[in-house]
Amino acid sequence: MLETIWFILWGVLWAMYFVLDGFDFGIGTLMPFLAKNETDRRIMYNAQGPFWDGNEVWLITAGGVTFAAFPEVYAVMFSQLYTPLYLLLFALIFRGVTFEFRHLSESPTMKKFMDICHVLGSFLPALLLGVAFSNIFMGLPLENGVSQGSFFGLLNPYALAGGLLFVTAFCYHGAVWLAIKSPASMRQRAIRAAEEIWPALVLLAVVFLAASALATDLYANYLKYPFLLFIPMIPVAGLVLTRVALGKRNLWQSWIFSAATIFGTTAFGVAGIFPALLPSSIGPEHSVTIHNGASSPLTLQIMLGVALVMVPAIILYQAWVFKHFSFQIKEEEMIY
Amino acid sequence: MDALLLSRWQFAVASFFHFLFVPLTLGLSVLVAMMETKYVRTGDETYKRMAKFWGRLFLINFALGVVTGITLEFQFGTNWARYSSFVGDIFGSLLAVEATVAFFLESTFIAVWVFGWDRLSKKMHNAAIWIVAIATNLSAIWILLANGFMQNPVGYVIRNGRAELDSFYEVVTNGFGWSQFFHTVSGAWMLAGFFVMGISAWHLLRNNEMDFFKRSFKFGAAFAIIFSVLVAVQGHHHGNQVARLQPTKMAAMESLWETEKPAGMSLLVIPDEANERNLVEFLKIPYVLSILAFNDPMAEVKGLKEWPKEDRPPVTLTFLSFRAMVGLGTLFIALGAMAWLWRNKIETKRTLLRVLVYAIPLPYLALEFGWAVAEIGRQPWIVWGLMRTENAHSVGVSATQVAVSLGAFFVVYTLLGLIDFFLLRKYAVKGPEKASTSEPKAA
Repeated sequence: MLETIWFILWGVLWAMYFVLDGFDFGIGTLMPFLAKNETDRRIMYNAQGPFWDGNEVWLITAGGVTFAAFPEVYAVMFSQLYTPLYLLLFALIFRGVTFEFRHLSESPTMKKFMDICHVLGSFLPALLLGVAFSNIFMGLPLENGVSQGSFFGLLNPYALAGGLLFVTAFCYHGAVWLAIKSPASMRQRAIRAAEEIWPALVLLAVVFLAASALATDLYANYLKYPFLLFIPMIPVAGLVLTRVALGKRNLWQSWIFSAATIFGTTAFGVAGIFPALLPSSIGPEHSVTIHNGASSPLTLQIMLGVALVMVPAIILYQAWVFKHFSFQIKEEEMIY
Repeated sequence: MDALLLSRWQFAVASFFHFLFVPLTLGLSVLVAMMETKYVRTGDETYKRMAKFWGRLFLINFALGVVTGITLEFQFGTNWARYSSFVGDIFGSLLAVEATVAFFLESTFIAVWVFGWDRLSKKMHNAAIWIVAIATNLSAIWILLANGFMQNPVGYVIRNGRAELDSFYEVVTNGFGWSQFFHTVSGAWMLAGFFVMGISAWHLLRNNEMDFFKRSFKFGAAFAIIFSVLVAVQGHHHGNQVARLQPTKMAAMESLWETEKPAGMSLLVIPDEANERNLVEFLKIPYVLSILAFNDPMAEVKGLKEWPKEDRPPVTLTFLSFRAMVGLGTLFIALGAMAWLWRNKIETKRTLLRVLVYAIPLPYLALEFGWAVAEIGRQPWIVWGLMRTENAHSVGVSATQVAVSLGAFFVVYTLLGLIDFFLLRKYAVKGPEKASTSEPKAA
């Protein structure tokens, strides 16, 4: 039971991370397409400014909780996805320093270099996280905790589709957020971008859901427990409703439905692999599951106590920040 | 070179680089919070400009501290997978608690501080930087309790082939971890004091913004004198723990080969590790080592030869790091005392000011040496007495993979380190924003 609760929390933390840092990655990825001049670029940095750091901590926590609640999963996941994780890490390092470094650099060359770092540091994590999680959904070629596959084996068509889905979903999510935060000069462009991305997102979502039936065993759990089918309904409904709300120019609503889409897509995959956290494509006996990967019951209990107190508190104060700092940016009071 | 050796190098590079940014963050956040409090209390705009000026230097440094911290969390899984599955139950939970209890607060409210100057009331805004300062130091507690477990494992049982949690209470009350915390944090606050003094000194020598930098100097001097003394006192207490719990580390710190009772300390020593002796031992003062280690002039201190070679840490590195740390620590007390004594007429003490400018990097060095003693001196154990470092690295990660990532670290960290250094220097030299009477009104 404790293991199952932690499995759900594990999925929730990753999904929260994708929802929150997702819009930062989206804005960064869209920068070359949406920013025409220096002011536009600064607007895009400032739209993420008060949030990205707090958002990134969800990743640290998702990682930390994997380490604490499922040490075996942490060990296998991080060591066997060594190369993609290091790429992700370097991308995050570059993205993270660009905000402060760009704004304090005065030379245009340095600013340009930081912009390149920022765009790559946003696009690559989106892609890599999609590829990594799609591979987990498919099952890694694990045998006794060691992967028999290669880095290029990770770049299979299903995983690439997943990567593309993540990138597109984050871009859409970012465009809507940008529309919320931008001054009028940028707002219309951001809305138009979201409108243009949406059909591509729908197409990719359909492809991904269909490919999941062919390339993965994700649906097995849904066939076994049909009540779980409400989970994939979330992204499907979210995808439709976010467009409806966008059409009505109800941006906040649209953003929340977009968040639900990302959350639901992650939940769909995570519920599909249960009770494994790292399914093995070689044989289920090699999978790392909640049974052979979890910490001791005492650790799980104590950590649950910490999580039950802290996670709601975090959500409350982060919500406070989102409420206070989601105001429309005025060009003359930009920080970066 | 094999994956193990490369992983050790990689961890060393990542942790020592990370620790160039952490200590300033720990101390400067508190100093900035105090300056802003003074502004809120007195309404004196100079204190606001101080909080902004030192806050900007804090932010430049903070950015690299955060991003290099993620590297360390990742590395436990990527490069030290067997360690992770062996101690995840305990070590992992401490990291997770750190993230949920402290790191979230710090990262969320630093942005509130940056973006909130004109959007929050003065008190709320001041509260934000206090939250950052407290959370930053809170985060150090959890990280050092995690390190404390590696140095002095407590509260566990070995079950199912791994260290499982037996008493969370014992883990979080680990005296060794707390002692490391107080030692590290005192050192970090001292470093921040020297940082603020050094930059203030540079401007005072050039007659820039005298009032602004004299006031800043006093903040720095107070931290420098208080914490350079505390770090030494605390360090002595910590040394006693090391002597008791990690006797091989203590012997390596002193390059003591033969057991002595009572043990003396030589001022000049050149270790000769290959031949298990010291090439030079000069100016030996009797009883001192016994007192340092056990607070008892007659106590026996065990020499390295009591243990088989494979159980001893690298002696020369540990020894030199320890001597350098202690030597610098002594210098800091002297400099801190002079700075404090002359704080009210510091602009006339030009030689001291010049020395203080050059002293900026020294606390950084001392703190890195301190960590070298703690971590190199712990070898060959990754978890003291429980797991050897050579058994901790990931299986299935090749030397090539690690070599490539290590190379990438060298390139990326050098580049970022240089940019960071030049930005810090540029904005430190530039000085505070000019005082203006027409502050933008709160929206």
